[in-house]
Amino acid sequence: MTFLTYLISGLALGSVYAIIALGYTMVYGIAKMLNFAHGDIIMVGGYAAFFAFSKFGMPAPVCILAAIIICTILGVIIERLAYKPLRQASSLSVLITAIGVSYFLQNGAQLLFGSDTKIFPVMLTDGSLKLFGGQLVISYLTLITIATCLLIMVGLTLFINKTKIGKAMRACAEDKGAAQLMGINIDTTISITFAIGSGLAAIAAILLCSTYPSLSPTLGSMPGIKAFTAAVFGGIGSIPGALLGGLLLGVIENLTKAYISTQLSDAIVFTVLIVVLLIKPTGLLGKKENVKV
Amino acid sequence: MLKVNDLKVRYGVIEAIKGISFEVDDSKIVTLIGANGAGKTTTMHTISGLIKAASGSIELDGKDITKLPAHKIVELGIAQCPERRRVFAEQSVEDNLILGAYTRKDKEGIAADLKNVYSLFPRLEERKKQLAGTLSGGEQQMLAMGRALMAKPKIMLLDEPSMGLSPLLVREIFDIIRDINSQGVTILLVEQNAKMALSIADRAYVIETGKIVMSGTGQELLNSEDIKKAYLGG
Repeated sequence: MTFLTYLISGLALGSVYAIIALGYTMVYGIAKMLNFAHGDIIMVGGYAAFFAFSKFGMPAPVCILAAIIICTILGVIIERLAYKPLRQASSLSVLITAIGVSYFLQNGAQLLFGSDTKIFPVMLTDGSLKLFGGQLVISYLTLITIATCLLIMVGLTLFINKTKIGKAMRACAEDKGAAQLMGINIDTTISITFAIGSGLAAIAAILLCSTYPSLSPTLGSMPGIKAFTAAVFGGIGSIPGALLGGLLLGVIENLTKAYISTQLSDAIVFTVLIVVLLIKPTGLLGKKENVKV
Repeated sequence: MLKVNDLKVRYGVIEAIKGISFEVDDSKIVTLIGANGAGKTTTMHTISGLIKAASGSIELDGKDITKLPAHKIVELGIAQCPERRRVFAEQSVEDNLILGAYTRKDKEGIAADLKNVYSLFPRLEERKKQLAGTLSGGEQQMLAMGRALMAKPKIMLLDEPSMGLSPLLVREIFDIIRDINSQGVTILLVEQNAKMALSIADRAYVIETGKIVMSGTGQELLNSEDIKKAYLGG
């Protein structure tokens, strides 16, 4: 029964990774860049929800909405100001810029909110579900997290495959030049991608901060790196890959912590990643890049 | 309809197009022929707005479109069927065609044009649910042309439609180009297969290393000794 508990909480952690990984994978798929500031958007989302709830006393749904809106706008602004001017630049310049944006956000948060750790309030629920006469206890938060992740995956898959904008996004991911010849505005498409990824980061932030309720300016970096790992693990650019990578990573991390060693858990997680990439360099569900002659 | 004036295009310090001028009249078929690397595709991409001109101008019906972004140019009525087809391999045939009509909002018009494309290319209708990447080279060429038609263009830019196709298929594709033209779509055709291109062209320009070196009607160039030697294999 304890195994089941660890497995389920691993799935919840993995769900958060998967939601964050979507942001990395979509931006990579369409803009062909690694947005290393994505983790810090999570941090901003956490603070936004925290202030809305604790300082302004707004109801939880409003706080969630506020965090989503703030992160979405922030994501689009970052893309416009920092990345768009580098559209023709080398990927190394873009990468360095992304790391710069990441530090900018972290230090900005330190300046504005202080570096002390704040306690994230109970915004969603602190109840739990007791099964098998109390042998298996699952918090509602865990269930909400897993359900949210699945809902987002289904919604996003439908959006990408069924809507006009979604199809345009896939066209951009495949061949930007050809997409432009269809009359698709690449800049708009990239903005929409950043908006979606950042909005999802806000949702991830609230789930993450509700599970681990401490808020600090660097809170986004570790989940950011883990989710990036999840995206690569599942195959960067692939939406089902982000889900699979995220869930596997969360489960492996949690089971390692439970049965092997808490200190070694990250080392083991990253070892698994290295092994997977050695065997399948494109990740679990990644496609081979088409080399153009 | 389309007027190119002293167009120059640079890649870094290399001047790929060294000041070319040509005109494409309403409902005509005009071809640019020339060897590999002469600058034909660069010219097409510059007209479509994928590459920015260094100097010179491109006019569509008297309107300067030189500095417009690519998606605006499609909206104004210039659709391109690019070299190597560049269909969206991971989307279905029908979704590719619908993407061709991306800038349009007239639902009925789009449906009617989809019907028209399927009647021009019945094989696409048979395979409409298939992923474009699973089509043969010839079918992909048809899809790329159909996709460009879906934009309801005034002028269609066709870049190397015969590339990699069997002679029989090339003939079929060229017949369809004529059909499309007879529906009132002006055609600018770029080809290495000079013989085929000249045989259907109302007007032709020969481009060599970024410059136009000769022009005339398709028939005139077909009969020219220089052209025979350089492009038609004696």
